[in-house]
Amino acid sequence: MNKTILLMMLMVMVALAGCSGVPTKSVEVPELKVMTHDPFAVSESIIRQFEEQNNVKVVFLKSGDTGSLLNRAILTSAAPEADVLYGIDNTYLSRALDADLFEVYRSPLLDKVSKEFILDQSYHVTPVDYGDVCINYDRQFFISHELDVPQDLNALTQTKYKGLLVVENPATSSPGLAFLLTTISRFGEEGYLEYWRNLKTNGVVVVNDWSTAYYTNFSASSGKGLQPMVVTYNTSPAAEVYFASSPVTEPPTAAITSPSTCFRQIEFTAILKGSAQQDLAGKFIDFMLSTSFQEDIPLQMFMFPVLPDASLPQVFRDYVTIADQPASLSPDLISKNRDRWIQDWTGVVLR
Amino acid sequence: MKSDRGWISIWQSIALWFVPVLFLGIFFFIPLGKIINLSGIFQHGLQLTQGEWGAVVRPLTFTIFQAVVSTVLTLCIGIPGAYVLSHFRFTGRELIKAALIVPFILPTVVVASCFNSLLGPHGMINELLMTIFHLQSPPIALLNSFWAIILGHIFYNTSLVILVVGEAWSKMNPNYETSARVLGANRFQTALHITFPLLTPSVLASSLLVFIFDFTSFGVVLLLGGPAFATLEVEIFIQATQMLNLRLATVMSLIQIVMTLGLAAVYAGVSHGQSFELTPHFKRGEALKSSPFPQKIFSLGVLTVLFMFFFTPLIALVTRSMTSYQSGSSIGIPFFGGASWSYYSELFINRHGSLFYVPPYEAVFNSLLFATITVFITLPLGVLIVLALRQPHRINRILDPLIMLPLGSSAVTLGLGLLLAFNTTALYKIPFPVLLPIAHGLVALPLVVRIIQPAIDAIPVNLAFSARILGADRWHVLRDIEFPLLKQPVIVSSIFAFSVSLGEFGATTFLNRPDYPTIPIVIYRFLTHPGQVNYGQAMAMSTILMVLCILSILCIQLTDQTNRERK
Repeated sequence: MNKTILLMMLMVMVALAGCSGVPTKSVEVPELKVMTHDPFAVSESIIRQFEEQNNVKVVFLKSGDTGSLLNRAILTSAAPEADVLYGIDNTYLSRALDADLFEVYRSPLLDKVSKEFILDQSYHVTPVDYGDVCINYDRQFFISHELDVPQDLNALTQTKYKGLLVVENPATSSPGLAFLLTTISRFGEEGYLEYWRNLKTNGVVVVNDWSTAYYTNFSASSGKGLQPMVVTYNTSPAAEVYFASSPVTEPPTAAITSPSTCFRQIEFTAILKGSAQQDLAGKFIDFMLSTSFQEDIPLQMFMFPVLPDASLPQVFRDYVTIADQPASLSPDLISKNRDRWIQDWTGVVLR
Repeated sequence: MKSDRGWISIWQSIALWFVPVLFLGIFFFIPLGKIINLSGIFQHGLQLTQGEWGAVVRPLTFTIFQAVVSTVLTLCIGIPGAYVLSHFRFTGRELIKAALIVPFILPTVVVASCFNSLLGPHGMINELLMTIFHLQSPPIALLNSFWAIILGHIFYNTSLVILVVGEAWSKMNPNYETSARVLGANRFQTALHITFPLLTPSVLASSLLVFIFDFTSFGVVLLLGGPAFATLEVEIFIQATQMLNLRLATVMSLIQIVMTLGLAAVYAGVSHGQSFELTPHFKRGEALKSSPFPQKIFSLGVLTVLFMFFFTPLIALVTRSMTSYQSGSSIGIPFFGGASWSYYSELFINRHGSLFYVPPYEAVFNSLLFATITVFITLPLGVLIVLALRQPHRINRILDPLIMLPLGSSAVTLGLGLLLAFNTTALYKIPFPVLLPIAHGLVALPLVVRIIQPAIDAIPVNLAFSARILGADRWHVLRDIEFPLLKQPVIVSSIFAFSVSLGEFGATTFLNRPDYPTIPIVIYRFLTHPGQVNYGQAMAMSTILMVLCILSILCIQLTDQTNRERK
């Protein structure tokens, strides 16, 4: 009996806690809500700076990967959940622009940014950072097997590299999609499927996500898999040094950055239509282009700042090479064909 | 007199169903309607192209096929396991039962990694075989295959069979079997005609749950099976979040729901009249040490299989969380470089000053909070539904299958639906993400109902009648007769409700707030960047999740035992 009463009281308490858990906040400080993809990261001190300068509290809503983020922004556009969105990349850019989600905003700091990153001439979105999706290799493996590192995508179909490459499924992974786009840019719409047929014959391994590819299949990671080559970022070697469990002077991996082997991902931010705080949202975008935020990007997100005079950390200067002539496809072309390309690829490689 | 009782039963049915139906209506059917509405199916029809039909049918046949194979094999391992764990006493029995549930809560990324260190190309087993037989290449290539999916499903779901069937088995009155033997039936005949029929309700209930879990499998297929295999759940995820094709995703989602409904209706039909009223009998099991030799051998055999299936991957997880790897060393062999707590201590340091750093105790607290609320939401609702189902009323035929639907809906549909239905209401705008435990509760509710129902059906109605005639009122009957008999199934079902919430990730990503990160979210966050420390911390955090799960379950079971002993 007592126990039953106790149980009921507990239930009531939990119910009350659920409803009354609303802390009585100081009403003065307005909130700026920023929707981001999951990999977004930033130093606490940098955000506190912005909050103090503008007397605002910044709240980040992490909303899955880039596709999930855009999907959520589109479906909630009637009553937007946030003021600012960050994390749309050039593979989804046209989709996002077509959905008419963003306000026009041209940050004064955009003048400093290199033209190659300003893909949207209507200024709905503002570039923040970029990174190159490149093949990384296990340095130890190539030395001990006396293999030379392939410098061109065509080389990967040679028998000496049979079964040595793991890639991600473009239908479920954004580096996977980036690599598919690299092959389309390199071999053209008429040639890329033939190339993938050859890769398949040569034992390319496909997995669904980056974590599996890197941590399970890649031979130089903690998983000690069977493939000494993996599709990841050009900054991954720097992360291997930065996050090594005991200090190392050389990363176990390196990126292949020769011409037409990498895809350049550019990430954008924008003000969401319907935001009641457009001035503040604009200030936040200016802030993302400020030197302090831009210099924080490399070690938090392992991407490159778009601001050319932002200085890079030592691990980046020592261990990262920027891709030489990365593959490029226009966002329009990507958005028009992406579903079909993925379907055709699936038909050739997976079925 | 008769019509009078009929009226009472109608009113009782309505009273019992009211809250559960309201809950499902508001938090499941309204969000589902919202998604269907947004997808434009209503306005424009299905409009599937030839290619899209193909994209629906191919995963559908594979989904059904793998679910059938998985369920059958899960039963093959689960039923002997249930027999041993419910009939014999031995040291560590409770620990084994608790550890069996661990797979239920581990994120698939972690499970995949455990399997890799066990069965992967450089895993323990392959390394061992290569050393023994002097092989050049790893002999077992299991990962990214059909059997990896099946293995994953067995790993995840066997605990359901073992606990649910074991629970029924331990309550079975041994007099039935003894009488049959005395009357001349041999061991086999007794099993066929007495034991199995008596177990049917619990076997059916656990098979239904296991089948639906396998049918809507996402992580196992995605990460263990690889891109060559796709279930409907995987396709829904791809269409909804990668192709941004909400229409096709909704069509697939509806097919999944209709299939679940059909399955649940078949279950309701088959299980109807399958329950036997049993004279409930509590037994603690006989000591394994003093049991006859053949049974000892059989039990040890079953325990060995269970150990291989469930404990080796978990041990692999623990060793990986405590080993720092040097390049060139093998991953399989535990503690070669000596155990190290460095990844654990690293968890407590915000080394890079990140805004999104989460201290482990905070993630643990949030996970426990959501799991507890989930139990408190689902248990009362579950008990109400089970009591309602006991009323002989036609409305049950319709409502019974509907309860199962949230379990058969994809996480995308559940999470996105709740978000879209409530994002402009106070329920979403308050700082505490109350929709999160509600979503977990929707998934856990079918489990709670299916686990408690066979047990409550086994309580003889005349037990209550006798008590009433002897002068006990309804409340006393409930308190002194039905509650004690229901306690164990209620405990088992709350353990599963708790675990569902601890491990849930899909719907969580739609409904959670930045201030309430849970353990799975923290684990995934570590795995977004390369580097040994990130990987090690993910393994350490998973180990913490595992220990937490075992401790909570042991706590629940221990309180029950002390209670029983006091009586």
